[in-house]
Amino acid sequence: MATPLRFAFWLRSVEALVLAVAICFSLGATDASARFANLSHRLYCTCGCAELLGECNHVGCPESGHELKELTAAIASGLSDQQILDGFAAKYGATMLAAPPTKGFDLVAWIAPFAVFAAALLGTILLIRRWGGLGGKKQAAAAGEPAALDAAEQERMDRIRRETGPESGF
Amino acid sequence: MAAFGSFCLLIALALAAYNLLGGALALRLLATGQPTRVSPERLADTARRAGIAAFVAVTGAAFALIWSVFTNDFSITYILEHSNRALPIPYKFAALWSGQEGSLLLWAWLLGIYGFILRLRHKTDVRLYAYAGTILAGVQVFFLAILVWAAPPFALLPGYVAGGSVPADGNGLNPLLQYPEMVIHPPMLYLGYVGFSVPFAFALGALMMRYPGEKWIKITRTWTMVTWLFLTCGIFLGMHWAYAVLGWGGYWGWDPVENASFMPWLTGTAFLHSVMMQERKGMMKSWNVWLIFSTFLLTLLGTLLTRAGLVSSVHAFAQSSIGTWFVVFMCIVLAVCIFTYVLQRSHLKTEHHLESLVSRESSFLFNNLVLLTACFVILWGTLFPILSEYVEGSKVTVGAPFYNSVAVPIGLFLLFLTGVGPLLPWRATSLKAIKRNFVLPVIALWATVIVCLVAGANPWQGGAFDQGSFYAVVAFALSVAVLTAILSEFFRGAAVIMRQTGRNLVAALWLLTRRNTRRYGGYLIHIGVVIVVVGLAGAAFNRNAEKEMAFHDQLPIGPYTLVQVGSSQDANADFDSDYAVLDVYKGGKKVFQMTPERRFYHLGEGVQPQTMVAIHSIPEWDLYVVYEGINQDTNQPIIKAFLNPLVGWIWFGLAVIVVGTFVALVPSLTPATAALRVPGTQAAPIAPALKGGA
Repeated sequence: MATPLRFAFWLRSVEALVLAVAICFSLGATDASARFANLSHRLYCTCGCAELLGECNHVGCPESGHELKELTAAIASGLSDQQILDGFAAKYGATMLAAPPTKGFDLVAWIAPFAVFAAALLGTILLIRRWGGLGGKKQAAAAGEPAALDAAEQERMDRIRRETGPESGF
Repeated sequence: MAAFGSFCLLIALALAAYNLLGGALALRLLATGQPTRVSPERLADTARRAGIAAFVAVTGAAFALIWSVFTNDFSITYILEHSNRALPIPYKFAALWSGQEGSLLLWAWLLGIYGFILRLRHKTDVRLYAYAGTILAGVQVFFLAILVWAAPPFALLPGYVAGGSVPADGNGLNPLLQYPEMVIHPPMLYLGYVGFSVPFAFALGALMMRYPGEKWIKITRTWTMVTWLFLTCGIFLGMHWAYAVLGWGGYWGWDPVENASFMPWLTGTAFLHSVMMQERKGMMKSWNVWLIFSTFLLTLLGTLLTRAGLVSSVHAFAQSSIGTWFVVFMCIVLAVCIFTYVLQRSHLKTEHHLESLVSRESSFLFNNLVLLTACFVILWGTLFPILSEYVEGSKVTVGAPFYNSVAVPIGLFLLFLTGVGPLLPWRATSLKAIKRNFVLPVIALWATVIVCLVAGANPWQGGAFDQGSFYAVVAFALSVAVLTAILSEFFRGAAVIMRQTGRNLVAALWLLTRRNTRRYGGYLIHIGVVIVVVGLAGAAFNRNAEKEMAFHDQLPIGPYTLVQVGSSQDANADFDSDYAVLDVYKGGKKVFQMTPERRFYHLGEGVQPQTMVAIHSIPEWDLYVVYEGINQDTNQPIIKAFLNPLVGWIWFGLAVIVVGTFVALVPSLTPATAALRVPGTQAAPIAPALKGGA
């Protein structure tokens, strides 16, 4: 009975965490100056300095001044963030966007890292559970060790014994 | 000197090739036991000596290049392009790695140094060292072949060869590289890159010879840790250089070359953690072998990415043909690794399995998972523009916003594991133990969240959600929790020693650390990482202001007010300087003066401007002032000021990491010496002390 209950507890915890994160990220910046700061850091200056538009700092830059003015005007006109980014990409090329768009093939750029992480995480959990079921606990039992009987406390005692006596590795 | 240098490289190549072929033949003969006229042991020893001689020859070539820089031998193309007569002496050394040919020579030379040390220590385990030395010779042959045929550092000017005259002066060193850290940063980074060849050689050698037991890991542990430390220092020095020289107020731009250095660091860090599982439990053997193979391949991949012109980078050298060489070499290395692994994989069978999802072992596994995911994210982001161009026909940019959105959450998860791992016991744990170990860190975590919100670090200010502030608060909270967890480990152990020996807390902590330098050195490194994370999180609260400043104009930023009180000029043979003189006021009182500088380097017949940032650093923040230039219409200086919170913590964190690594490298007190220093330890009543919750 303990295992399904524990699993349910972890499942609920993960659900709550995902929900909290989703809420956090669904809230977008609404203030105009915050939007300006945000968007100017999602675009590159096109002068070739390899700086984000909001950080291009060289005197006499032929591009950043008017591009920042265009950005201010676009925000004031009531366009959404995505419309503004699309507008800049259409006018100056997709390389002006500091991150790949979240559509078409470029969406893969965003999905792949999380997909790989999730798959690896799931794989690792399944592997550990399989190992635990197949051999790990049996090995411990075969060795006559009380594996589940507060192994943590036993480990702590062993460790401190080691550390206050002969040393061992990490 | 050019002829001498070229000759040295040719000799080195011949010697390294002999080391590779002779060593391989000798090891083959030893493995098969085939009778021969020449003793395989003697053949192996001549191969080893050839490796040592190759190091001497490469040193000769490196000396020849440095000599040519110091004697202004502009008949050599490389010297003409990367030095001039006015270049200060320290930067004459920097010319060695400021261009492609020189940096490859540095790589070969450092590899020679590592190989030299390895071959001198061969008596530790003659056969394993023979394998490792032969594999290193293979790597050395590759770099020397490039230097001889594809990127010769001693190539003479075509005009000079045709009978023309030698130019009177060189083009000079790139001004961006004329900064003290540039004399240290590249060699450090290269020591890290090249150093991973050694554990790679040991791992591959141990697999080839089916080395019994885990002794090869113990042998390579020092190599790996020192290499990791070099790479860490190299990366941080690069960050500091970018911060102090480039004048954009940041230290990490997710440039492909920065990414290239970070990827092997991630896999190398994963290896340092997971080898502990192999040492203690005989687990993850295949995994460890592939981690070190990957780390070595990633050091080559980074070089390939930038030198082949595959990705654009501010660090990239001009496109050249050596990319093809790297592709071929990487394919060969990968093929050898796969072939050896397939052939010998039965030797890598795990001896134990994990018992529990919540244990020290599984935390190492998750730690590796996160580190490798981070590595994948960075590799993916670096290569995606190429992939996108191939699929869609148009290039996209993958810059800081992508990495900040994807890599930061992964980094925070890793930070969480840094705190959780040490609290979990080996094998398995119970709910009771979890409660006992985690209660203090969890309290610290929530207390930090509350303090942050009260202090104004609120991600929801003004009805808008600020992702940066949110991540920063999470990072602060996790950092404090991790710090609490690590410190509690120190104090629990020290409490036991205090009860047993009657020592005071400091002495008990000292003894505790000396008795297990590896464990507590590791904890110190984790503390250093936490401090670095706190420093990085401060970036969410950066502020900046820019103004064209006439005499006595004011520029307020944070608690400071900058007042322009004049300007100054200076000149030397290398560059002219303009300074803006700014008095800094706080609370109406002048507290210090800053003089941001703008330099104009004399390069050949041209002039190249370069900013030199003025930084006033205190633990709370850096006041960072850039003299951007002069407005040509008004003839007034343009000043940009940044207030960057907690940046100093990043450099301090590095210092703690360095100290922790040194502690971990020091051998622990042996039982014999421990007994001498702490009389009566063995008879100490341990069980009652543990009851106290130690």
